[in-house]
Amino acid sequence: MTTTEEDARAESAESSLTARKHSIANHTFAGISTGAASLILVTLAAVATFLLIEAWPAIMNSGGEVHDRVDWIDAERGESLVEIIGFLIFGTLLISAIALAIAAPLSTGVALFISHFAPRKLAAGLGYLIDLLAAIPSVVYGLWGAIVVIPVLQPLFSWLGQNLGWIPLFAPDPATGTVSSTGRVALSAGIVLAIMILPIITAVKREVFLQTPLLHQEAALAMGATRWEMIQMAVFPFGRPGMIGATMLGLGRALGETMAVYMILSPGLSYSLAVLQAGQHNTIAANIALKFPETNSSGVSALIAMGLALFLITLLVNMTARWVVSRRAAFSGAN
Amino acid sequence: MKISTRTGAIATVAALSFLVAACSPSNEATDDPTTDASTNGGDTPAELSGTLIGAGASSQEAAMEAWVAGFQAQHPEVSVNYDPIGSGGGRTQFGEGATSFAGSDALMDAEEYALAAEACDGDLGAIHLPMYISPIAVVFNLEGVDSLNMDADLIGQIFDGQVTQWNDPAIAEQNPEADLPDAAITTVHRADESGTTENFVDYLSKASDSWPYEVSGDWPNDLGESGPATSGLIQIVNDTTGSIGYVDASRAGDLGTVALKVGDSYVPFSAEAASAAVEASPLSEGANGENDLAFELDRTTTAEGAYPLVLISYSIACQQYDDANEGALVTGFLGHIASAEGQQAAADAAGSSPIGDSLSSRITAILDEIAAA
Repeated sequence: MTTTEEDARAESAESSLTARKHSIANHTFAGISTGAASLILVTLAAVATFLLIEAWPAIMNSGGEVHDRVDWIDAERGESLVEIIGFLIFGTLLISAIALAIAAPLSTGVALFISHFAPRKLAAGLGYLIDLLAAIPSVVYGLWGAIVVIPVLQPLFSWLGQNLGWIPLFAPDPATGTVSSTGRVALSAGIVLAIMILPIITAVKREVFLQTPLLHQEAALAMGATRWEMIQMAVFPFGRPGMIGATMLGLGRALGETMAVYMILSPGLSYSLAVLQAGQHNTIAANIALKFPETNSSGVSALIAMGLALFLITLLVNMTARWVVSRRAAFSGAN
Repeated sequence: MKISTRTGAIATVAALSFLVAACSPSNEATDDPTTDASTNGGDTPAELSGTLIGAGASSQEAAMEAWVAGFQAQHPEVSVNYDPIGSGGGRTQFGEGATSFAGSDALMDAEEYALAAEACDGDLGAIHLPMYISPIAVVFNLEGVDSLNMDADLIGQIFDGQVTQWNDPAIAEQNPEADLPDAAITTVHRADESGTTENFVDYLSKASDSWPYEVSGDWPNDLGESGPATSGLIQIVNDTTGSIGYVDASRAGDLGTVALKVGDSYVPFSAEAASAAVEASPLSEGANGENDLAFELDRTTTAEGAYPLVLISYSIACQQYDDANEGALVTGFLGHIASAEGQQAAADAAGSSPIGDSLSSRITAILDEIAAA
C-alpha cells in the first residue's frame, strides 16, 4: 500500500463521517422545527376541542336547563343564550370598529412619519418609544382609562350629545336627554383600545414602509412627484398587503381585549348604536371576565360558548385578512 | 387581586411564624408551668397542625386575612388557605369535596344541600354558620349633603329610573332639612354578580311595594352606570357628582349615606343596627336541622334601631369529619372566627359588625358538638 492510497482512504472515511454528522444534524433540526410547527396546530386544535366540549352542554340545551340554572340569563324576560351572544358579538364588533377607525389612519400617519419624514435620529427614538407603548400591560391601560381618560372625555361627550345628538351614534339617552354622566361608554372603551392597538399596527406598518424598494421611490421622485405623491404612487401600493395585515393584527387584539374594556365600560346588552350611552354594550371577553368568578357549572359552559363565538370571529377575521392580502398581492407592485 | 391577597397572607404568615419562633423559647423558659396550663387547659388542642383549605365569598376576604393571621399565631404549625373565588364557586368546590369549608354570601339551595351532604362524612350533611355580618350602605355623592332619609320605596324608584332628579318632591318630602340640588341622579350598580347586589335587591323587593324585579345576584335592569367589584363601584361614585350606589358599609368612606326608614324612624347604618336586624330575623325554612343557622333576613322588620339592609356571609361546614385532624382544624378555625376576639379582628380589619354574644356562644356549642363527634 502506498501512502497516497492510505491518505485517500482515510480522507474518504472522514468525509463520510462528517456527511453522516451533517445528516444527523439536518434531521434533528428538521425534526425540531417540524415539531415546533405542529405544536402550533396541536395547540389550536386543543383549544378548539376544549371550547367545543365545554360549550356543548350550553349549545345543546340552549332552550332548557342552561336557562334555568344560569342566573344572568333571565328567561322570564325573554332572554336566551343565543340572544345574549348576539348582543355581545355586536358590542365586540362595534367597540373594535371604533378602535380600528381611530387607530388605522393614525398608525399610518405615525409609521409614515417615522419611515419617510422624520430625521433619522428622531425616527429611531420614536420607533423605540412606540415599541415601548406596546409593552404596557392592558390592565394598566384599563386603570389609566378608567381613572384619567374618562373624566377628561366626559365633557366632550356631553358637548357631542348636546350638539350632534341627531347623529344616531351620539344620541343621548331618551329618558334623561343627556349622555352618560360618567363617560363609561363604548366610545371611551374604543378610544382606549385604539391607543392600545396603535403600537402594534404602527410597528408593522413602519417595517412595511421601510421595505419599499428605493428604486420605485427614486423613480417616482425623478418623474417630478412631490414626497406625498411619491408615497401615494410607490409606498402605498407596495405596502398595501402589509398595511391590511397590520390592521388585522390590531383588530385581533382589539376583539380579544379584556381588562381595559372590563374596567372602562358600564356593561349592558343591546343592539344600540348610541356609543355615548352607558349600559348598552359589552364585549365577549369582558363579559366572560365579569361573569366567571361567581357563576355555576352551567354558567361556565355558557361562557365558554361565548368564548367559542369569539374564537370563530377571530378566525374569520384572520382568514378574511389572509384572503384580502393574497388577492391584493398580485397588484402590489412588490413583484 | 387574588395573587396579591395570597402573597399578602403568605407574608403575614411568614412574619408571624418568625415572631412566634422568636418569642416561644423565651416564654417557655420563663413560665414553663403557666404555658403548659394554658395550652392544655385551653379550648383548642395546642398540637393542631396541617393545612386547612377553604374557598368562597370574596366579601369575607379582608376579615379572613385577619382570622387566618390570628389563628396561625395561635397555632404556628397550621396553615389556612382561603381562596376568595366567590360564593358560588365556594359552594361548588365544597359540594365537590375539594375544600373543608366554604364561605358564602347566599344560602345553599336544595341541590347544593344534597351535593354537600354527599361530599360530607356521615349522614348529617352541611350547615351554615353566620360569621360575617356587614351592613350595606346606600352611598351618594352630593356636595354639602352628608345624610339623607329614604324609605325602601324611594330607593327602589331611584334605582328603577322613576325618580331622576335630586330635587324631586319624593326626596324632598322625606328630607325637609336637606338642601337638594337641581341635578340628575346617576345610579351606579355592580356590573358583576355579587352578594351585595343580591342583598340590596332582596331588601328592595321585600321592603318596598314598587320594586318589580326578581331577586338575584345580577343587577336586574339596564339603567344607570355600573362597575366591576366594590372598588369599581366606589370609584365611579367618588368621581361622579350626583351619583348614588350601594356598597359594603366598610367602604363607604367620606361619601354621604342614606338612613333607612324602619318602622316610623330613620336608622343610619351601624354595626349594632345590623346585628339587631339579624337577631330579629327567623331561621330559613329550608334549614338542615337546628344546627343549621341559615337566617331568613327579615327586611321588613320594625324592630327599633335595626338596619335591615344587611349582608350575612356564612361559613359552610360539614357536621361530621371522619378525618380527626381535618375536623379539629375546621372546628378550631371556625371557633376562632366565631370568638369575640375573631369577630373584633374582623371588625377592625373589614369594618364588619360583630355577630353578638348569643350567636357566638351558639356557634361555639355547635362546633364543640362537631369536634366531639
